[in-house]
Amino acid sequence: MGKPIKIRAKIKGDVAEVKALMPHPMESGVRVDADTGEAVPKHYIQEVVCKHNGTVVNTAFWGTGVSKNPYLSFKFKGAKAGDTVEISWRDNTGDTSVSEITFK
Amino acid sequence: MKLQRRALLRSLFAAAAIVTVPRWVFASRPDAAFDADNADGAVGDLFDGPVTESDQVTLKIPDIAENGAVVPVTVSTDLADVESIAVVVVNNPTPLAALFELTPQSVPEVSVRIKMGESSAVRAIVKAGGKLYSASKDVKVTIGGCGG
Repeated sequence: MGKPIKIRAKIKGDVAEVKALMPHPMESGVRVDADTGEAVPKHYIQEVVCKHNGTVVNTAFWGTGVSKNPYLSFKFKGAKAGDTVEISWRDNTGDTSVSEITFK
Repeated sequence: MKLQRRALLRSLFAAAAIVTVPRWVFASRPDAAFDADNADGAVGDLFDGPVTESDQVTLKIPDIAENGAVVPVTVSTDLADVESIAVVVVNNPTPLAALFELTPQSVPEVSVRIKMGESSAVRAIVKAGGKLYSASKDVKVTIGGCGG
């Protein structure tokens, strides 16, 4: 299981703004390990699914061009106190992580 | 008579299922586009049709990135019916960095941090109402971010 996702979310009027930080090495496969001289194998998040009260509000597909410990921010309408936001990711090794927050 | 009714019900359910399938462009990751080694190829793998530069697409990214490993990007638009937003780093070995598939519930604004191997144009492509729009910025990179 991948490391937990840190989620901060706030509601302004009807719009929720969600910011997420996902600890992950995001190796592109291009970087060479200084000690071994070998390229570090690809290890990166490929898909992130964001849900509001169980319904998908957006999906992000990533390539090797997303930075280490990726940051993601997105917005959606129709959020209110008590609602939940769930973010989950899957990387190229099949590893996954899911975290959830509830709007206060 | 019973058989006809059953067949009719079955086709009605099938039709209903098709109608309720979400209208996102991509249900699963378009791997070929992410593997493409040139920007036009990647965009062509994702979308069909002409891409028009538009000032309704806002691409917020620094003019100079000190650290190419972490370059913050925000794409927003006031276009309606936004389905997808793609971020392309033209000079990267694999230019397609990110693709966001939105829904009617989304407000079309996304932020992510990308790696840039060298100074490059960064392009945001927005698919809205079935049409493609873009904005582009040239970003100077001081220290390349692909692991050199």
